[in-house]
Amino acid sequence: MRRGITATALVAALALAATACGSDDESDGGSKSSGELSGTVTWWDTSNVGTEDKVFKKIAEGFEKEHPKVDVKYVSVPFGDAQNKFKNAAQAGSGAPDVIRSEVAWTPEFADLGYLAALDGTAALKDQDDFLQQAVASTKYNGKTYAVPQVIDSMGVFYNRKLFKDAGVEPPANIDELKSVSKKIKDKTGKTGLYLRGDDSYYFLSFLYGEGGDLVDGADKTVTVDNAAGVKAFGVVKDLVDSGAAKTDATDGWENMMQSFKNGDVAMMINGPWAVADTLTGKEFSDKENLGISTVPAGSAGQGAPQGGHNLAVYAGSKNLEASYAFVDYMTSVEAQAQTAGELNLLPTRTSAYTKQQAVDSEIVQFFKPVVETAVERPWIPETGSLFAPLNTQYTNVLTGQTTPEKAAKATGDSYRKLLEGWK
Amino acid sequence: MAVHTSQSVAKAAGDDVARGRSRGTGNPPPPSRLRRALSVHWYAWTMVAPVVIVIGVIIGYPLVRGIWLSLTDANERNVARSIGVNEMPATYKFVGLDNYADALTGGQFLSTLGWTLVWTVSCVAITFCLGMGLANILNRRIAGRSAYRMALILPWAIPGFVSVFAWRFLYNEERGLLNKILGGAGIDSVPWLNDPTWAKFSVIAVNVWLGIPFIMVALLGGLQSIPSEQYEAAEMDGATAWQRFRHVTLPGLRPVSTTVVLLSTIWTFNMFPVIFLLTRGGPGESTQILVTQAYKFSFEISPRDFAQSSTWGVLILVLLMLFAVVYRRVLRTQGDTW
Repeated sequence: MRRGITATALVAALALAATACGSDDESDGGSKSSGELSGTVTWWDTSNVGTEDKVFKKIAEGFEKEHPKVDVKYVSVPFGDAQNKFKNAAQAGSGAPDVIRSEVAWTPEFADLGYLAALDGTAALKDQDDFLQQAVASTKYNGKTYAVPQVIDSMGVFYNRKLFKDAGVEPPANIDELKSVSKKIKDKTGKTGLYLRGDDSYYFLSFLYGEGGDLVDGADKTVTVDNAAGVKAFGVVKDLVDSGAAKTDATDGWENMMQSFKNGDVAMMINGPWAVADTLTGKEFSDKENLGISTVPAGSAGQGAPQGGHNLAVYAGSKNLEASYAFVDYMTSVEAQAQTAGELNLLPTRTSAYTKQQAVDSEIVQFFKPVVETAVERPWIPETGSLFAPLNTQYTNVLTGQTTPEKAAKATGDSYRKLLEGWK
Repeated sequence: MAVHTSQSVAKAAGDDVARGRSRGTGNPPPPSRLRRALSVHWYAWTMVAPVVIVIGVIIGYPLVRGIWLSLTDANERNVARSIGVNEMPATYKFVGLDNYADALTGGQFLSTLGWTLVWTVSCVAITFCLGMGLANILNRRIAGRSAYRMALILPWAIPGFVSVFAWRFLYNEERGLLNKILGGAGIDSVPWLNDPTWAKFSVIAVNVWLGIPFIMVALLGGLQSIPSEQYEAAEMDGATAWQRFRHVTLPGLRPVSTTVVLLSTIWTFNMFPVIFLLTRGGPGESTQILVTQAYKFSFEISPRDFAQSSTWGVLILVLLMLFAVVYRRVLRTQGDTW
């Protein structure tokens, strides 16, 4: 920790210095009286580098054209680092962006910590009625709205049609079929059936929900991850890996999963719309038609894809709040969402965006739309974003054989009860 | 956090101002020794003052603050912060030694400490033996000696994170070079970083690789300072190569080797980058050493647990100080003047 404290102290000292010199040129930005926005809006985008970021950057530049006096500073921050990076900067009081693309689970947490500006009554919340109800849920905290939904998503099985045809199989509807399909693929083509990302427990959720489990029950204030369904779900993923139906990884999971799938080394992966643009750059998918998408395999209790997505939130310490609100509104406009639906197959959060031609034409958007409508929502409590760290550890422990499903479920539940004061 | 900054700086500064105290108690007796020293050495004091102040600010203050935090229940939610219009006062409270009791009675600290000790001892032992071997080889007159030396010092010249990332590519289970080579020889791929035991082996291997140049260079210097007459005399007495190594080389290297062992023990104990960049402490928590776990408490979990992280930090400091004291005492009883 000495290192940490030194770092914090240094950051704090630098922050003081930076705010002292930097305040003059930006403080008058976004003045309301003139009616014209000006100043700088720094935006941290966390979308996938190399594919999604290009499109978002282009859209952000459109805002500059509409408001010539506003300078949009686009910063691409890797998704995995963004949560910590934002917290460091926000707490130090300097270096935080004006607008951040916040994952749905981070939003209530950031709001609870006081890092976000409430958007009620601002330009950012112009057309709230047009947004999907599931998407809006994660933006509310303590009766106020702290973000505007940018994209919504869920998960499905991405499969390689060619490998499926070679093996003579159909997309699996449930876990048993997943295992038999994987076996046939192995026998006929020598490839592994499924790549199950082992370093991120978000990829475990559909198995947990499929067995009828959940992390916590927000209404009842009860921890549920260690009940019978939770234990069973840990057992399911362990069995998939042990039986050879799935490959997994404890480090570089995303990279390895994407590379293996793009090169045709595995036939299936569980993933969401955010991975589509990247997948289509793979040599195996130079013919787009080779990518098939089906629903996640059902567990004993049914299909359970998680609902996720990203919001745009404004940093409470922003020097340019007015321009930031307008920027958020612009980035979540129907036109912007239609464009990302068309170019990246990302799902809009506005009802009217689904009527746009680009969204109608995207098979992937059309596929995921009903999935999102039935996807499992998490309780949007401040701790939602904190539930993954202990789960990640135990999930990896199960997959690498360091612990049993029972112990893993119990350990996760114990750490949740420590985190959530007063919960059962 | 800002509120507490000013508070504890004032407190820390108050302790340091010895002048005030000496003035209060030292007036009736003749001018204190301190004052005389100040009047004689004022020039020297002025010269070192900037350094003392800088060290006080960048080491002293964080240290004091870390110790203070370890006695509270401070976390990300209850420390003071002021962001735009949101003004949140600090609500954390003093909890005494509770954090220490939790750390020392819970399983996590002790099991992490266990692996940290295994990691430190094996890294230092292997690195030292290999470094000693290489230093001995390079101390002979062999063809292309300087080229070998350059090559062996290379790991030292590359920034640590670059070499660690290079190793991470080599270790990659699916696409890494190591498994490709093994595959070529018909051997099943090894889960270098994905199996707890292999991951432990892998991190030690990388740290040994990174640590050898330092040990080798230091020991090479030591070897060259051993007078060749001693070897000649031993040879005249009919000593074998092993006897010469055992009774001339090892004692001759002693001053150097005790220092490098002490240094590399401390470095390895706190070797953050290798573990963090290679495995992030994983899979699960299996390669987590004390410093990476303390970092995790403070930066990776949410809400960030500053109190627990500081507690671990203080415990690490205490352990290393204990080690240094014991090590010095052992050496002194063995007749070393170090």
